[in-house]
Amino acid sequence: MKMSEMPNLAASSHLDIAKLIFGRLTWDAFPIHEPILVGTFAVVALGGLTVLGLITRYKLWGYLWREWFTSVDHKKIGVMYMVLGVVMLLRGFADALMMRAQQAVAFGANHGYLPPHHYDQIFTAHGTIMIFFVAMPLVVGLMNFVVPLQIGARDVAFPYLNNFSFWMTVGGAVTVMMSLFVGEFARTGWLAYPPLSNLAYSPDVGVDYYIWSLQIAGVGTLLSGVNLVATIIKMRAPGMSLMKMPVFTWTALCTNILIVATFPVLTAALALLAADRYLGMHFFTNALGGNPMMYVNLIWIWGHPEVYILILPAFGIYSEVVPTFAGKRLFGYTSMVYATMVITVASYLVWLHHFFTMGSGASVNGFFGITTMVISIPTGAKIFNWLFTMYRGRVRFEVPMLWTVGFMVTFVIGGMTGVLLAVPPADFVLHNSLFLVAHFHNVIIGGVVFGAFAGINYWFPKAFGFKLDPFWGKMSFWLWLVGFYFAFMPLYVLGLMGVTRRVSHFDDPSLQIWFVIAAFGAVLILGGIVSFLVQIAVSIMKREELRDVTGDPWNARTLEWSTSSPPPDYNFAFTPVVHSLDAWWDMKARGYQRPVEGFIPIHMPKNTGAGVILAGLATAAGVALIWYMWWLAAASLVALVAVAIAHSFNEDRDFHIPAEAVVEAEGARTELLRTAA
Amino acid sequence: MGVSRRNKVVCILETGQIVRLFKVALAAPLLFALAGCKMVVMDPAGDIAMQQRNLILLATGLMLLIIVPVIAATLFFAWKYRASNTEAAYDPDWHHSTKLELLIWSIPMAVIVVLGSVAWISSHTLDPYRPLSRIGPNRPVPAGMKPLEVDVVALDWKWLFIYPQLGVASVNELAAPVDRPISFRITASSVMNSFYIPALAGQIYAMPRMQTQLHAVINKPGVYDGLSANFSGSGFSDMRFKFKGMSQADFDSWVAGLRASPAHLTRADYAQLAKPSGDEPVRHYATVDPDLFTRIIGGCAAPGQACANDMPGMPDMTRASVDKTKICTPQRVALNTRRPAAAKAVRAE
Repeated sequence: MKMSEMPNLAASSHLDIAKLIFGRLTWDAFPIHEPILVGTFAVVALGGLTVLGLITRYKLWGYLWREWFTSVDHKKIGVMYMVLGVVMLLRGFADALMMRAQQAVAFGANHGYLPPHHYDQIFTAHGTIMIFFVAMPLVVGLMNFVVPLQIGARDVAFPYLNNFSFWMTVGGAVTVMMSLFVGEFARTGWLAYPPLSNLAYSPDVGVDYYIWSLQIAGVGTLLSGVNLVATIIKMRAPGMSLMKMPVFTWTALCTNILIVATFPVLTAALALLAADRYLGMHFFTNALGGNPMMYVNLIWIWGHPEVYILILPAFGIYSEVVPTFAGKRLFGYTSMVYATMVITVASYLVWLHHFFTMGSGASVNGFFGITTMVISIPTGAKIFNWLFTMYRGRVRFEVPMLWTVGFMVTFVIGGMTGVLLAVPPADFVLHNSLFLVAHFHNVIIGGVVFGAFAGINYWFPKAFGFKLDPFWGKMSFWLWLVGFYFAFMPLYVLGLMGVTRRVSHFDDPSLQIWFVIAAFGAVLILGGIVSFLVQIAVSIMKREELRDVTGDPWNARTLEWSTSSPPPDYNFAFTPVVHSLDAWWDMKARGYQRPVEGFIPIHMPKNTGAGVILAGLATAAGVALIWYMWWLAAASLVALVAVAIAHSFNEDRDFHIPAEAVVEAEGARTELLRTAA
Repeated sequence: MGVSRRNKVVCILETGQIVRLFKVALAAPLLFALAGCKMVVMDPAGDIAMQQRNLILLATGLMLLIIVPVIAATLFFAWKYRASNTEAAYDPDWHHSTKLELLIWSIPMAVIVVLGSVAWISSHTLDPYRPLSRIGPNRPVPAGMKPLEVDVVALDWKWLFIYPQLGVASVNELAAPVDRPISFRITASSVMNSFYIPALAGQIYAMPRMQTQLHAVINKPGVYDGLSANFSGSGFSDMRFKFKGMSQADFDSWVAGLRASPAHLTRADYAQLAKPSGDEPVRHYATVDPDLFTRIIGGCAAPGQACANDMPGMPDMTRASVDKTKICTPQRVALNTRRPAAAKAVRAE
């Protein structure tokens, strides 16, 4: 009641002051008239309050702040990235379920339960969230956790920057989530092509939420890319020449080079779009010399390498999992490395295949079609390498290996449809169709998501000292795998029936059965996600049973398995010396003895809250810009710079772990290993 | 020892499996086509879409030659070398074979060489900007037959079709005689759309202030679905139209019906029509402003609007001034409507 009076109030003499303070934020921005959103909000608020209440009840705030939020430990930051990715997966998947439900019912007279205004936000949010706030955090999190351990380093090159990067990603995610309950999200599709995303056709806050959430998160991603490149180049253990690096580290190096090279393009493209929307520029408008196709080019110059940013680390995970569980050295390490490098370079040369249908000339289309196909050659070589790693191995079908075999079978289908789409005239009939939608889910779910789950199951014992429960892991795998085929094979068929994407209502009733099958598949995938959460919960409850004290539960090959699980803060008491590829396997084969004396103090970086504060200010500035609260934007930006400068004078940034503490930690491990043996 | 092992690998791939898989690979596209009786992309009614379908079948068949053996080998190796099968050979240090490496790089490369050639050639033969040389397999365009010209405008959220040779126009309904080439010039009023009639030919984007082209032919009479394939805002889902392939006689009477319509499409009417609206009924116009299409591209269709070329310093980028062979992006057109001769030259193929 009171709320409905507020706009009137604002419209009266208080108008100017209210506008000055709140910009264009009014009570209308809160979707109290949308029952779905109110329900969602109630659930989220209840869940959030429960979590906050429990943290308060068990007095965990201090612990979380000291040990996690302000931590510069790459392992903890990696874990926090994974938590962020999983939480956002729930949001992104809820969007997917809503779309599947809408398309399964909206035929003929039935317009479904989502009006276009809402449906269009959902598919935009689904794409944006799944790529930027699910896939990226999962991939970056795994790299963060694993890479320093794999190369025998104490931490990443810039630990504080790492913490800041993570919180910037969180800031972007918070901004996206905020759009659910305050205002609305973009209704443009996940890449926000102009002119639709220009002020003239999207005057409300949706596209601004899109721009600023990606800009804030993009800073984090770019800096974490810089960080990991520096880490891999400069901080490898002695003896680990480039061609002795584990393949996962190789893929991480290539991925982060891609991040450093392409995320600035995304930032620039979005900045130009923001200039169009905020400053009245005409980079991508229809009039005054602007051209929307420039945006389309820029966004895909980032966008295509982005899919390799996601898939390369997944390839790295499979390259670790297969040799470990086949008990056999990776087949064709050198060609695997070169394949990765070829993909890295070639991923820059294919962006135009995303718009063959925009009237480029035949030769331009032909060129980009061929470059796209060329990428399938090294990718195919990789598949063969994993295949021949299994050949004459002793394959143990633990959960990570199941995900890997599921990937190999599924991904080649997605690769095949991808090469098909690279033939320009074939793309003319398949572009923008559900065939295309099926294709990219085929490679992203079958490649990146399966890889992330393989990686989580593989490295979880390293992070926490106990394995994940295999029964629920297998449940999760089979539900995901079968669910995937049910959910996306019908979309291939629908694409061949001439059905295109982003449609919220259909006339032809003969299509419905395929959408119903796809919706069933989505429910199976839901089962897979729930099983994964149950797997985590069950594993925590059964952690004593699942405990691993050796630090090497899979009889694995690379350095991260040489230290304890979870590793001590300093990772390695002594920096290991590498003599061969598969360093840990080599050490085991040569009868390596763990050093038990002669420990010295270890120089470590200190935790800091500066990352949280800076990212919080950046988020505040983003939200202020979205709502035109200029004073707040200016104030947060000034504060941002001030805090950054002030923190640069903080010289109390490091400390030494005393030798006694190292002796104690290593002694405890010696004791554990003896009792286990 | 190394040699025999390598030979064995090749043997596993050769004996039986490869031969059988070859057969499957070749049969699969046929099954695809049979199952596709309701799949319009697999069973189109126009020669261009038919060639595109054939390309899909060819490419899929070629790739299945690799994909099927790889999937089979993945499952076979996973099963054969399972840890519980202690009968199987175990060779934990075997990690390199030059012959095998050559094979696993060269097989995909060979397929890509073939497929890449196909892609390059078909990009040119099926270039939507290329005027048709045939109306079907072994059926060249009859001498003297001029293509039917259609100017397409994607509006929010409906389609306007202008027939410049006939001086008529329609909304959300498109018709063409069978076996006569159609030459589309395509643009949009506000945001990007994509003009797509799956039964006729592949899609091409409709973009504001730009012109794209499509050449196609319909071979069977019938009523086909047309749509926008690129998301364009809240009315997008219902931005559909019917495309009617007709005999010449039926087409003539359809045009006569348009001419008998009381409605006329002036620039003022267009300004009304261009306002956002969804799920619009079919409309027919007996006449249409002859400059309308070029003015829409120039962003000066509304009454009283001046065209870009009226402003000093804007380059003249009419089609006539551009070397046709060098066009590699959709043409940005800023036509000076005070020079109708130039506008006509744009049209001449």
